[in-house]
Amino acid sequence: MSTLILTLITGVGLGALYFLVASGLSLIYGLMHVLNFAHGAFLTLSAFIGWQVAQALGTASWGSFLVSILVGAVVGAIFATLTELVLIRPLYERHIEQVLVTVGLSFASVALFEGIWGTDAINIAGPPWLIGTTNVLGASIPNKYWVLIAAAAIVLIALVVFLQKTRYGMIIRAGVENRAMVTALGIDVRRSFTLVFAIGGAAAGIGGVLAMHAQTFVSAHLGSTLLIFAFIVTVVGGLGSLTGAAVASVLVAVLQQVANTYLGGTGDFIVVILLAVVLLVRPSGLMGRRA
Amino acid sequence: MSTEPILDVEDLSSSIAGQQVVESVTFRVPATGITAVLGRNGVGKTSTLRAIMGLNHRRGQVRLAGERIDQMPTHRIVQRGVGYVPEDREVFAGLTVAENLALAERQAQPRREFVAELFPDLVRRKDQRAGTLSGGQQQMVSVARALLNDNRILLVDEPTKGLAPKIVTEVADALREASKLVPILLVEQNLDVVRQLATDAIVIAGGRVVHTGSAVGILDDEDLTRRLLGVSAETHPGETHAGQSHTGEARS
Repeated sequence: MSTLILTLITGVGLGALYFLVASGLSLIYGLMHVLNFAHGAFLTLSAFIGWQVAQALGTASWGSFLVSILVGAVVGAIFATLTELVLIRPLYERHIEQVLVTVGLSFASVALFEGIWGTDAINIAGPPWLIGTTNVLGASIPNKYWVLIAAAAIVLIALVVFLQKTRYGMIIRAGVENRAMVTALGIDVRRSFTLVFAIGGAAAGIGGVLAMHAQTFVSAHLGSTLLIFAFIVTVVGGLGSLTGAAVASVLVAVLQQVANTYLGGTGDFIVVILLAVVLLVRPSGLMGRRA
Repeated sequence: MSTEPILDVEDLSSSIAGQQVVESVTFRVPATGITAVLGRNGVGKTSTLRAIMGLNHRRGQVRLAGERIDQMPTHRIVQRGVGYVPEDREVFAGLTVAENLALAERQAQPRREFVAELFPDLVRRKDQRAGTLSGGQQQMVSVARALLNDNRILLVDEPTKGLAPKIVTEVADALREASKLVPILLVEQNLDVVRQLATDAIVIAGGRVVHTGSAVGILDDEDLTRRLLGVSAETHPGETHAGQSHTGEARS
């Protein structure tokens, strides 16, 4: 019983991490039809900078932990905004070139990060509570998972409120449905492109700092590993659907953890099978609109 | 016509994915009343409107009250005062009626009362998702979006397509009311509606404007309507029975 509880809660925690990365990917694809391969680079840079900030402030304190998360969000947002303005915007409406430039940026970033911070993983430390556990019905749940779940829940709520209650959110929802018609109402939809990149980058940045704490190390490849699962989550949830990304994050991660625990560590394999099944049976994803 | 045209289209051509869809159209839209764009299906009426809006790749000159708008992106053209009601309505299905309308508001004081009087049903359904509305109600949302602002011209594409006769009358009435405030360039297949509403008409065939004149004059010229619109008093193979009918053959 305690193994099952541990598996489920760590699954949800991992899903929370996937969601932080996938939410931005899904919004960006939904509005701009760009699969952003550079999303992992936003995450990695945020983690490195967040780590350096935490080191400067003293890693053990909650204050420095929170500041590092905020810095991670800001770094992710700035990196993403610059990417959109400098690389994506000049290639407006050229989707293949846009995707290729993000692939190039992701490779170049990894090389750059290795040049700056080295090729070896760097062990990091945070507030001591994070490496402790909490007992839930006999299962010892590592505390870091609570932080992941809380962060993803806050980001999800903030995104939903933003999308439902603000004019920019309304423009983004309308643009995901029919971008041409948004421009035909006199709205410069390209401003929203920069905004979704910034929002996606911020969420990925938070994810980067938290992923680093979850793994207790940071490396230039932190983003690339997570990005693969975030893409799977985005496709399974339905490209462009935030709710789909949230549901699929939990579904994919819980399935992965259950398979890892009960099916001899076959989690990654099962996730790929799930992706194949979804693509065969429901190509638009769980909550996506028809392709 | 002595008055300046509100829209002056000169040698406009347009292509989609390298395929020419409008060859070369030249026409003027007077600053008052409704000007109908007529022609068989597939001659490029919708593509002409989309080219004016900058939604398709286009070449040629388009002037709005003398100002060139053919180099502008779509949102700028709209901001200059061109309202667009697209074919197939294109409401945002996941947004509520109120959100669809709010998105269209461009000025500090949009004409909400005017729209509410014209379409009281939309006020009652303001919190309903537009995707769950009937075709007629969606058309009202689409027309209302264009009427909320003080536009200098409206481009309206087949507003009665696929609607029940009662709704066709409602939409036509709304357009007549709107035309008192703003000139309209109307693509319409229902010739009854054209006869009721349009003052002038432009006929497109083979990607070019082949006739311009008064709407009633064109519709009353049986030879012209048969030749250019594919409609006549007789029944032709593949056509619906005519006179009071829609133009052209099956949709391409």
